[in-house]
Amino acid sequence: MKEKLVMIGNGMAGVRAIEELLKLAPEKYEITIFGSEPHANYNRILLSPVLTGEMALEDIMLNDVDWYKDNDINLQLNKKIVKIDRRGRKVMDEGGEETAYDRLLIATGSNPFIIPIPGHELEGVIAYRDIADVDYMLDTANEYKNAVVIGGGLLGLEAANGLKERGMNVTVVHLLDTLMERQLDASSGALLQSSLEDRGLSFKMTAQTAAIVGDKRVEKIQFADGSELATDLVVMAVGIRPNVELAEKAGIHSERGIVVNDTMQTYDPRIYAVGECLQHRGETYGLVAPLFEQAKVCANHLAELGHARYEGSVTSTKLKVTGIDLFSAGDFTGDESTEDIVFQDPNVGVYKKVVLKDNKILGAVLYGNTVDGAWYFDLMRNGTDVSDFRESLLFGQAHIGDAGHGETNAAAALPNTAEVCGCNGVIKGDIVNAIREKGLFTLDDVRAHTKASSSCGSCTGLVEQILASVVGDFSETPKKKAMCKCTDFTHDEVRKAIVANSIKSIPDVMQQMEWKTVNGCASCRPALNYYLVCAWPGEWDDYQSRFINERAHANIQKDGTYSVIPRMWGGVTNPTELRAIADVADKYSIPTMKVTGGQRIDLLGVKKEDLPKVWGDLSRAGFVSGHAYAKGLRTVKTCVGKEWCRFGTQDSTTMGIDLEKMAWGSWTPHKFKIAVSGCPRNCAEATIKDFGVVAVDSGWELHVGGNGGIKVRATDFLCKVTSEDEVIEYCAAFMQFYREDAHYLERTAPWIERVGLSHVKEHIVDDEPGRKALAKRFLDSQKHMQDDPWKQRAEGVHEGEFQPLTEIA
Amino acid sequence: MPLVEIGKLEDIPKLGSRVVRTAQGDIAIFRNNEDEVFALLDICPHKAGPLSQGIVCEHTVTCPLHNWNIDMRNGEACAPDEGRTKSFNVVSKSDVLFLDIPDDEKAVTTQAVAG
Ligand code: SRM
Ligand SMILES: Cc1cc2nc3c(=O)[nH]c(=O)nc-3n(C[C@H](O)[C@H](O)[C@H](O)COP(=O)(O)OP(=O)(O)OC[C@H]3O[C@@H](n4cnc5c(N)ncnc54)[C@H](O)[C@@H]3O)c2cc1C
Ligand code: SF4
Ligand code: FES
Repeated sequence: MKEKLVMIGNGMAGVRAIEELLKLAPEKYEITIFGSEPHANYNRILLSPVLTGEMALEDIMLNDVDWYKDNDINLQLNKKIVKIDRRGRKVMDEGGEETAYDRLLIATGSNPFIIPIPGHELEGVIAYRDIADVDYMLDTANEYKNAVVIGGGLLGLEAANGLKERGMNVTVVHLLDTLMERQLDASSGALLQSSLEDRGLSFKMTAQTAAIVGDKRVEKIQFADGSELATDLVVMAVGIRPNVELAEKAGIHSERGIVVNDTMQTYDPRIYAVGECLQHRGETYGLVAPLFEQAKVCANHLAELGHARYEGSVTSTKLKVTGIDLFSAGDFTGDESTEDIVFQDPNVGVYKKVVLKDNKILGAVLYGNTVDGAWYFDLMRNGTDVSDFRESLLFGQAHIGDAGHGETNAAAALPNTAEVCGCNGVIKGDIVNAIREKGLFTLDDVRAHTKASSSCGSCTGLVEQILASVVGDFSETPKKKAMCKCTDFTHDEVRKAIVANSIKSIPDVMQQMEWKTVNGCASCRPALNYYLVCAWPGEWDDYQSRFINERAHANIQKDGTYSVIPRMWGGVTNPTELRAIADVADKYSIPTMKVTGGQRIDLLGVKKEDLPKVWGDLSRAGFVSGHAYAKGLRTVKTCVGKEWCRFGTQDSTTMGIDLEKMAWGSWTPHKFKIAVSGCPRNCAEATIKDFGVVAVDSGWELHVGGNGGIKVRATDFLCKVTSEDEVIEYCAAFMQFYREDAHYLERTAPWIERVGLSHVKEHIVDDEPGRKALAKRFLDSQKHMQDDPWKQRAEGVHEGEFQPLTEIA
Repeated sequence: MPLVEIGKLEDIPKLGSRVVRTAQGDIAIFRNNEDEVFALLDICPHKAGPLSQGIVCEHTVTCPLHNWNIDMRNGEACAPDEGRTKSFNVVSKSDVLFLDIPDDEKAVTTQAVAG
């Protein structure tokens, strides 16, 4: 027989706990839920948008009655529980009916506090807590003109804004001189007040209400200073009190809230509590995010898994008044031991304040521009030491470190661990994974799958940005990102099929995967060719599916001539080499010679038919192609290193040359650049290369995934090794992993950002046999790649490419 | 001008091209997988890129400079791009290729190049 679980309170925290429980142990309990409201579970925090008219009631339902039915839950709506009989293990409702339990979950939320002043029970005096209150306000707004909201906190302001939107004249009465004093300091409070005044709200600050006056219905309000204000409606939003009455009567230990331990258990081990009604480690909570954390832990213990603990929460707040951007988190008032960093521009209505203690963020208030809220919150929760970027902290994440001048997107820049949806505790990584794994494309899908942005909705913009940064522009909504218009398959699907089914030619791929075009297009053919070259080195390479630069082994220029860059190993040269290059330039009247950004010499403006002859001469002088045109290894930059430099710790030049000799000629998804610096001064700029090596006294630091270019990205640190052989092995393994894992035309930087550094580390650093196998595959395939293409062509390979078919006079 | 012999079919790679030098400029000769042969002035209607260096698929060639697709049958740029490059007839007799360059055209283009 199933055990009986009874829950009192059909609200957000409780139902979430049941949802979590059903995931863990769907068959364990026979569940009964009592709710004193007549509604199934709705999203209480979206009452304000319903009040303003931005949303309808059906938009804010979280679980409808069918959900309870489908999960065999006995739902008792409109039934208030009035007694818990602990000895008899049963609860009693208003009608006197009893229900037995084996375990009980109390989730009764809290009650709005009503100031017990004279007149508080008059008609027209209400609180702001549930659907009934919203209905009441909407009815009043239809009939009456004037409203007073007592309390200038979060709830009061949302109520006031809603009533204003519904056409009433609204005055907010506040006891103190700062609005939302629990979330804002005086400066941001003042900014908020003035923008709400601009919208037509009136304020009566530092005012104490003495009495509410009226016959049957409220007519006016009297203040302690003797002044009065006529009104048809009074909304009290002065605070909430955890609803502990029931528990207290049953003798369950309660203080401000029902006291629970880290497993959400009350002093009666059969009875649990979640939500606003409880008190944990001395704290009570009035926001959704912590309640949901509690729900998860509670479910874990109800399912008897016994391995989750709730250790308290840090919360952040946003005001849900459309058009007002406000964020606050943590302790933003500070004391003698803390420091404030403040940025203020009242003219554009921006205010930012971050409170630091020992260079760690204690709290933050943002007004007017809240893009970086999630970032500060993240730094705060992680206890990140911000001394490295203190000066630019207030300019936001986009100004830190490696962010380039390319498209900077707050969402894209967020680390995967950053919390995006504070309500549901959803981190960016969760969203990104769900989007990828489940092929999500719309905000609704993301909401459905991750719960992000499904509660208060203030992170909606951020979620949309993440969606956009993961799946691109989603105005069109394909199920998945096809390789190109010639197929519905993705890059990954095509690659897998090539390997799994041993497909060894482009026509075979197209036939087996039902390509929609006869010969593919200029986008998929080079990609397919690359995937085949990578999977079957030495067995396949289709010349006609390569871009002209890779066919001609030189870079096409705007006037149709070509540029030629011979390899200059590690950037090192000598008089003989330089003379040979100079001779070639003279002999073929090459108009321009230039030192490239990659430490070698470019010969620009070579006529196509001269290329084989130029290469012949270069080849005889000992040069091979520099592959400056290739989706393959380009340059290996080095610095002089220990040989000469007074700071050099290792022979970076030789290390670079060895790497270049190992990797030259290889084909990769996109171009691949390496650099080796002889000490952390990093003169070879190794930390913006696909593979960067920085020598230190005790060995070599390896860095991956950097690039200069369109969007500058500094490398991620991979690991440190001690010997030259290891550098070679790690480099080969990394290149091979990149080759086998990345999409065609995806450089290491976006690839690593897509798959995550830990994915790379898992294969290269943590898995020694795996690394060695990767390195071996790389070196094996290199056996087919290091025939110099220039020498071959100088000897007549693909002669037709460089000669006209004929000449007609 | 009558048909001019320019070479053999096998001289042009499948899904590839070769160039014929003429007094009026380079003409690109393309061959597709079905051994159809096409001829276009080797000048992209966009910014004069050499079409002969592009990737050939069925009836189009993709310009190597900025990826416009040009229909090899008539020299017309594919939508959404607009423009046209001159196309020529190629006749194949027992795999020997002959290019048809009308005399008047020759005069006109030669003039244009000279001017
Ligand atoms: C020749 C050179 C400029 C120079 O005169 O110094 C050059 C020239 C070109 N670069 Fe570069 N890049 C050259 C060094 C660089 C560097 C500096 C470096 O390697 O340290 C960078 C920034 C570092 C990096 O790559 O992360 C660089 C970032 C780019 C980018 C942007 C890449 C990115 O991921 O954002 C492109 C565009 C692309 O590849 O799609 C590009 C593309 C090009 C192309 C291939 C444009 C094109 O498609 O035709 C240019 C070819 C001109 C030609 O025919 O030679 N070039 N390019 C340099 C050749 C180096 C060499 O010896 O091989
Ligand atoms: C207008 C408004 C806006 C808000 N905005 C935000 C916001 O932006 N962000 C945020 O994080 N939080 C916000 N909150 C707070 C958030 O809604 C609450 O923290 C959350 O709903 C508490 O969940 P709970 O399950 O503990 O309580 P509730 O959701 O209140 O659920 C408790 C339920 O138990 C029922 N109940 C009580 N006693 C009994 C009984 N004896 N028998 C049967 N049923 C009983 C109640 O009727 C109620 O339905 C807002 C709240 C309001 C009112
Ligand atoms: S920066 Fe690079 S791509 Fe741009 S013009 Fe210079 S060489 Fe060409
Ligand atoms: S020149 Fe051909 S596309 Fe630009």
